[in-house]
Amino acid sequence: MNGLRKDLTTATIAIVFLTLVLGVAYPLVTTGVAQLVFPGASNGSKVEVDGKVVGSKLIGQDFKGLSRYFQSRPSATEYSGNVTYFNNLGPNSHELSDFFAEQLAAYLKRERPYNPGLAATEVPVDAVTTSASGVDPHISEANARIQARRVAEIRGLPLDRVFDLVSEHTDGRFLALFGEPGVNVLQLNLALDREAAR
Amino acid sequence: MAQGWVQIVVFLLVLTALVPLVGFYLARVFRGERVFLSPVLGPVERFSYRVLRVRPEEDQDWKAYARSIVVFSLVSWLALYLILRTQSIQPLNPEGFGSGPWNLSFNTASSFVTNTNWQYYGGETTLSYFVQMVGLTVQNFVSAAVGIAALAAVIRGFAARSGATLGNFWSDLVRINLYVLLPISLIAALLLVSQGVIQTLDGSQTFHTIAGGTQTLALGPVASQEAIKELGTNGGGFFNVNSAYPFENASSLTNMVELLLILVIPASLTYTFGRMVGNRRQGWALYAAMMAMFIVAVAVVYTAEQHGSPAQHHAGVLTSAFDGSTGGNMEGKEQRFGIAESSLWTAVTTVTSCGAVNASLDSLTGIGGLVPLANMGTGEVVFGGVGSGLYYMLLFVLLTVFIAGLMVGRTPEFLGKKIESREVKLVLVGVLVTPLLVLFATAWAVASPDGTQSIYNHGPQGFSESLYAYMSQANNNGSAFAGYTGFIQPNAPGNAGAETFSFATLLGGVVMLLARFLPMIAALAVAGSLAGKRVAPAGAGTFRADSPTFVVLLIGVVVIVAALTFFPTFLLGPVVQGLTDQLF
Repeated sequence: MNGLRKDLTTATIAIVFLTLVLGVAYPLVTTGVAQLVFPGASNGSKVEVDGKVVGSKLIGQDFKGLSRYFQSRPSATEYSGNVTYFNNLGPNSHELSDFFAEQLAAYLKRERPYNPGLAATEVPVDAVTTSASGVDPHISEANARIQARRVAEIRGLPLDRVFDLVSEHTDGRFLALFGEPGVNVLQLNLALDREAAR
Repeated sequence: MAQGWVQIVVFLLVLTALVPLVGFYLARVFRGERVFLSPVLGPVERFSYRVLRVRPEEDQDWKAYARSIVVFSLVSWLALYLILRTQSIQPLNPEGFGSGPWNLSFNTASSFVTNTNWQYYGGETTLSYFVQMVGLTVQNFVSAAVGIAALAAVIRGFAARSGATLGNFWSDLVRINLYVLLPISLIAALLLVSQGVIQTLDGSQTFHTIAGGTQTLALGPVASQEAIKELGTNGGGFFNVNSAYPFENASSLTNMVELLLILVIPASLTYTFGRMVGNRRQGWALYAAMMAMFIVAVAVVYTAEQHGSPAQHHAGVLTSAFDGSTGGNMEGKEQRFGIAESSLWTAVTTVTSCGAVNASLDSLTGIGGLVPLANMGTGEVVFGGVGSGLYYMLLFVLLTVFIAGLMVGRTPEFLGKKIESREVKLVLVGVLVTPLLVLFATAWAVASPDGTQSIYNHGPQGFSESLYAYMSQANNNGSAFAGYTGFIQPNAPGNAGAETFSFATLLGGVVMLLARFLPMIAALAVAGSLAGKRVAPAGAGTFRADSPTFVVLLIGVVVIVAALTFFPTFLLGPVVQGLTDQLF
């Protein structure tokens, strides 16, 4: 019994003490150093236009089908940055298959006028599937190549110029090995707007 | 796919190179020896003992050690439950979230104290920064430390040459947090911030987008929690979508760092074990057995995911890769990770008991989804949770030694110690509790209306979701086929009008607690029993447990026990879906 009482006392002191070290000091020290050394990154890598925040370069947005912009991947959450969840439909789901078919048709309808003869089998997977986060900031390079023709024509820009901007805003693999390259859609669209303003 | 395989192989080589370095360091920490951080942290350690009023040299036998663990976990549970239930009156709550309901809080407290980190709540939509830091981050540290401490005690029992004590729990708790978890987390957190993982106390921010909409970004002290969430194989995300969210996992660089954090301690502990029992080959033999099973898991899930899903094929979506496109089943995956890193992550987080996700597991292909289930079905012995993975694996080692002894008709022994009736009985308790809990809870959940209301998908996937939920909670993993729900928030963020499913939250909570502490106590009891045994010198007739033959036999036992237990349930869910192209 004595041992049990001693354990209870020690455990109570331990949890209070460890909470102060691990739950208060550790996160606050991390916050302090992070804010000092990496102010941009620790606050969400926000992107500003004319002094106003318009997004985060890490968080994808809805470009609402506007034809002058590159479009992000489908999202199960309408690109919510504060209520996140997965699509959660299983691999053999009718509902999911219907969703893919709709996305595929919509993509072809939007891009085919600018990519004559674009076939369903040329549409990259990322263009019709929902991302995990609902706010994937990237699209694949193949997806960007197709959309580039539309954006170039609508904006009256040379296609090569748009391709240049696409590769400028492509995040490559880490050490040229890890992960997949992705085109940052918000950064690319902002660059296009800057191009137009010149 | 070649690019993907190269990534995976390079990752495993880096991990293997770290194993002896970190394993050596951990052995010194377990033995109370000086390490390079001692000049700085030694005074803090001694101060901690004064505050706790413990004498680190006062050794405990297995019963006293186990009692300290249980009492500490109980006090932790009460503290966390109270913190969750009083959120509305605490500071650092910029979104003004209310307190958690009792049943949801029961599940969450059980989840974090058992190192499971199953999440029925949504992080950014229900919890304040105060709860995330003072409640969850603390348990991320100490529940991991409890697992590692239990293993340290178990190893001492295996290694003991005389006496029957296993060390001092309070000293282990302090040393593991101070010398291992805290310094690595601090450095990792800052590294993650430098790559875009956020760390701020500011509230959410709303702004207008260039396309004429608005977006609200939830913020918070994420990096400090993310680092220990991976390092302690916890897995409870700051955000509901966990490490898929860019503010938790910003790039392929952060993804690889987080994967290393998850595996480094469980993998290195095999080396620590070998060193402490004076047989380094034995440590590498365990590492080899784990690595072999792990490689199979990665290969299967990667191949399955690259093949794509029936839903994609029916819709006429091209699933093969071509220039600039990953191909494969990208539903519920992030472009920056692609198929390879999402598959690697899925295998890493389910062989360990981490349970963090960087892709939607509910949307994995049938066979892809079978892999995490099977990984957990081994009892999390392939690396496993920090500490818990190896002590669980050691139970399987004794079982294998026993079976091998029966086959050749010789008294089974391990590291020179005879394995007798008492140890074998305890091993069986330890090995069978978890699978029995999984099957019992799943059967109840799919056979009762209270249980089936949690299911989201139709057909076999609905069964898979239920099985996954209890497999994950019983193995203290915490990943989910996330369609399975226990908490509905119609007005998220915030829990106004929210509904909690008592059946799912309570059954899950009880399963997590039993499956965490019963095997842990069984392992400590085995160690206590072995500690007092004399070591017989190895003779010509000794069956060596550090040989390739033994590694193969050990893998066989692990796989056969898991297969005999779970094969029928796997057939009903993931295998059915993996073998058919039919839609449900």
